Amino acid sequence: MTVSLSNVARRYGRVSALEGIELGVREDEVLAVVGPSGCGKSTLLELVAGLQEPDEGSVTVRGGTDEAARRASCAYMPQRDLLLPWRDALSNAALALEAQGVGRGEARRRAEPLFERFGLAEFESARPRELSGGMRQRVAFLRTLLPGRPVLLLDEPFGALDSITRGSMQRWLADALAREPRTVVLVTHDVDEAVFLADRVAVLSPRPGRVVAELPVELRGPRDVTSPEFTAVKRRALEALGA
Amino acid sequence: MRRYALTALFVALLLLAWHWAASLDSVDDLTLASPGETVDALVDDWSLLSDNAWTTISEVLAGLAIALVAGALLALAMHLWPPLHDAAYPVVLASQAIPIVVLAPIFVLLFDFGKGPAIAIVALICFFPITLNLLAGLRSVEPELLKLMRSMGASRLRILRSVELPSSLPSLFTGLKVAATVSVAGAVFGEWAGGAEGLGRLVLTANNQLQTGRLYAGTVLLAAIAIALFMLAVLLERVTCPWNRKESSV
Repeated sequence: MTVSLSNVARRYGRVSALEGIELGVREDEVLAVVGPSGCGKSTLLELVAGLQEPDEGSVTVRGGTDEAARRASCAYMPQRDLLLPWRDALSNAALALEAQGVGRGEARRRAEPLFERFGLAEFESARPRELSGGMRQRVAFLRTLLPGRPVLLLDEPFGALDSITRGSMQRWLADALAREPRTVVLVTHDVDEAVFLADRVAVLSPRPGRVVAELPVELRGPRDVTSPEFTAVKRRALEALGA
Repeated sequence: MRRYALTALFVALLLLAWHWAASLDSVDDLTLASPGETVDALVDDWSLLSDNAWTTISEVLAGLAIALVAGALLALAMHLWPPLHDAAYPVVLASQAIPIVVLAPIFVLLFDFGKGPAIAIVALICFFPITLNLLAGLRSVEPELLKLMRSMGASRLRILRSVELPSSLPSLFTGLKVAATVSVAGAVFGEWAGGAEGLGRLVLTANNQLQTGRLYAGTVLLAAIAIALFMLAVLLERVTCPWNRKESSV
C-alpha cells in the first residue's frame, strides 16, 4: 500500500471528526472519498498530507509515518487555487519548487515547458486576476504536480468552478492520469465526479466520519456517464450515503 | 478626473469662505490673514520660507526613515517571535499615550537644541502606525495559504519572504500614509520645543511678532508638505503593489 490509514481517529476538543478509519491506496490507484459536508473529508486529507497528526491510529505514506516524511511524499491541493496575486502565472506555478529551495529562475525554467500541455500557453506572464477560473485551477494543478511528488491529494479540486468548466477539467484530469498514472486521493462531495475519476470510491458517514462502503469502479478508459455500469456504481454510492 | 475637479471645487469654496471671513469687520487682521495677504507673504518671504521648509522637510524625512526601519523591524520581530508580541504590544501602545509635551523637554536634553528633538518626535509618533499596520498585515495572511506552503515543505523564512511580506505590503503603505500625515505636526512641535530653524519655529516667531501673513504662509506650506508626503506614499504603493491597484485607496 502506498497510503494506509489504520484505525485512525481525530478529534477537535469534544467533537470527533473521524473514528476508526481503515483505508489503503495502492500505487497509481485513484481513491475518491465522498461524504456529506462536515464528515471529516478534508481532515482525512490533511492527515495524509502530514499537516495534522491523528489522535489514535497511524497514517503511513510510502513507509513513512511521521509528519515530515508524509509531507515529503505528498502534493496537496486545496479547494481554492490560492494563487498569489503579485506573481504571474509562471511564478505561481513555480512556487512549490521554490518552496523546496530551487531558485526562482530555475523553477520558472522548469515550469515553462508544461504551460503548453496544460492549455496555458501564452499566459505565462498573466496575473491570476486576468485568468479564468478554469485556467487558475490549471495553474494550481501545475504548481501541485511540478515537484513530482508521488502521492497527489486533491481536496475538492473543482468545487469552485462552474459546471461546464468543471466537466472539462474532470475530462482533462482523467486524460492526464491515464497518460501519467499517479497515486491519488480525491476528496469530493460530488458522486458523479468520484465515479468518473476514481478506481475506487470510499463513502464516509456523517460526523464522526467512518468508512461505510468501499466500492470498486470497474470501468476502464474514458467513462460514459450515461452507461448502465456507471449508473450502477453511482446508485450504490448514493445508497451508502443514505441519499 | 472627476475626483480632481471636485477637490479643486471644494478647495475653491474653502478659499472663498476664508476670504469672506477675513473681510468681516468683526475679525481682527492680526488674527486672520486673508488668502491674498497669505499669497503676498509667500511671494515676499519666499527665500526665508523655503530655507525653513527644507529644514522641516529634512527633519520629517529623517524621522520617517527611522520610524520605517525601526517600526518594520519591530513588527517583523513581534510576528516571528510570539512571546515578544505579547510582551511588547502593550508597551507599543503605551508609547503613544505619553504626552509629547512631557517628552519634548527630555528630547531637548538628550539631543540638544537643533534638529534632534524634532527628528526624535517625528520618529516616535510615526513608528506606531507603521508597526501596527505592518503587524496586522503579516498576521492577516490566510491560514489556508500558510497550510499550503507548509505542505510544500517551505521553511519559516521562505513563507515570510514569498507570502507574508508581499501580502502585507499594502498594509505597510496604509501605515506609511498615516505616518506621513502626522509627521509634519510632529516636526513642528519638535521645533517649538527645541529647534533653532524650521517652519514650526518660523510660524511661532511670526506669531510673536504679529506677522500674520507670514504665519499663514508657513502654515499653508506645512500642509503642502504633508500632502506631498502622502502622495509620495501613494505613488510608491502603486509602483510596488501594482497587483493591489483595485483595492488601494488614496
